[in-house]
Amino acid sequence: MNTDPFFEQPSAWLPTDPTQQITVSSRVRLARNIKETAFPGWAGEAVCAELWGKLREVLLQLQAMEPCVAYDMSELNSLERLVLFERHLISREHAERRKGSGVVIREDEAVAVMVNEEDHLRLQAMRPGLDLRKVWKLVDEVDTQIEDCMDYAFSPQLGYLTACPSNVGTGMRASVMLHVPGLVLMNEMGAVVKGLGKIGLAVRGLWGEGSEAAGNMYQISNQMTLGEKEEDIVSHLEQIVLEIVEHEKNARFRLFEEREEVIRDHAGRALGILSHAHILTSKETLDLLSDLRLGIDMGIVEIQRPGVVNDLLILTQPGHLQKLEGKKLKPAERDVARALLVRTRLKQAQSKPKKKSHE
Amino acid sequence: MKCEICQENEATIHLTQVVDGQVKKLHLCESCASENGFDIHSPMSITDILLGMAGQTMPAFSSKPGQVMEQACPQCHLRRADFKKSGRLGCPFCYDAFADQIVPLLKVMHRNEQHQGKVPRCEKSRVRSTVEIEALQESLRQAIAGENYEEAARLRDEIQTLRNASDDSGGAGS
Repeated sequence: MNTDPFFEQPSAWLPTDPTQQITVSSRVRLARNIKETAFPGWAGEAVCAELWGKLREVLLQLQAMEPCVAYDMSELNSLERLVLFERHLISREHAERRKGSGVVIREDEAVAVMVNEEDHLRLQAMRPGLDLRKVWKLVDEVDTQIEDCMDYAFSPQLGYLTACPSNVGTGMRASVMLHVPGLVLMNEMGAVVKGLGKIGLAVRGLWGEGSEAAGNMYQISNQMTLGEKEEDIVSHLEQIVLEIVEHEKNARFRLFEEREEVIRDHAGRALGILSHAHILTSKETLDLLSDLRLGIDMGIVEIQRPGVVNDLLILTQPGHLQKLEGKKLKPAERDVARALLVRTRLKQAQSKPKKKSHE
Repeated sequence: MKCEICQENEATIHLTQVVDGQVKKLHLCESCASENGFDIHSPMSITDILLGMAGQTMPAFSSKPGQVMEQACPQCHLRRADFKKSGRLGCPFCYDAFADQIVPLLKVMHRNEQHQGKVPRCEKSRVRSTVEIEALQESLRQAIAGENYEEAARLRDEIQTLRNASDDSGGAGS
């Protein structure tokens, strides 16, 4: 199976506009299940396979999904699954699934539907920047069109019924990815995380791993799904995110006031290492990209095409690197390939763009 | 600080959740956390821990655990023990089958226990009738309190009609 169309383009949910860089991207996912049908974890392979076949047909002909492609998880190799995971198109858990499950992805990557993950359907929409309302509208439309073809498991009291009671109700998880180096450097992120927990919001890293966020990236999402309207969940999260953005701006301002030379040094070193290193680990790359991104945001470092920072975020991940090289690489080989990719891309991004006729 | 489960190892995982203004905290060591189905690499969620520790925290489990744990969903045959182990239900009907256990969980996990959001088009009439039935039941209570039995009988019939209609269009859930 060929995942190349996704691999070659930059992730559509990453912004090309550097001014949006505190709020990196917005995502909404909905959990849905088919009426009177056992949930994927309990249904057994035969039931899942039949349902995947049916849902695949339904999804492929949805107007809101056009144009899209469907992948059967059992037909993807481990590298292809890793690429889809790194692009946030499937979950870590889904990447482990095989027969009887799949994913249908709209070609612009703005919408992806996992079939037979924990629930029969996991619909997600994702866009760059802080754009939760539009993202909710996008996923809502797909959901409504599916509803015309399939009957959902639904209870008037409990809403959409899900395999895990923590998702019941709206089945909605709205999240925003934030780049907050200012708050981290000013040692204020701990307090923010604590505060967010108190108002029922969860904080995770860039790829959902542990609490330590690589590259100063955090995902913030709602935890409660029952008892609140979708629009209220979205506007509550949006309001909180805007507050965090203000805190981050404030922290950056103070940081610059107090430690201007240190910040300049960080950004300059990041650019220097990224431009000239021959061995780069994944963690080091993410951290340096964060320093560089901060430098660009604060006008300390100038790069002709600053969007390269976002491209590299995804392209330097192990799956993408190996896909690019066309073969499996050991970690040490990856670090060399990663450094080469970063050097090349940064050089391209630094060079003056060719004059186009409309410029 | 010692782990709350084994009371031996140092607690390295600290979970906090606030429900109705009350702070709920859990302090666990890594091995107890993973034994209780909490994957430190997955999104932070107190849910799985609450489910995993249901034996300690949920009063529903305190009596006759053996017998209770063997109870199964009539539709998909998932046992209570299976739910406790995985934290995942087997099918939409499980919400009815294990309501006594799930409802207290929902109180901890969510803002309240009545769905407020989107309703699938085909379910709209059913949802409306549920709300109507509640309103009629309130009127019925008032009618009985006021000894207005003729009105009460009419209301009772109306509720019955609505109930039958919504059962016909019903699926899983109550």
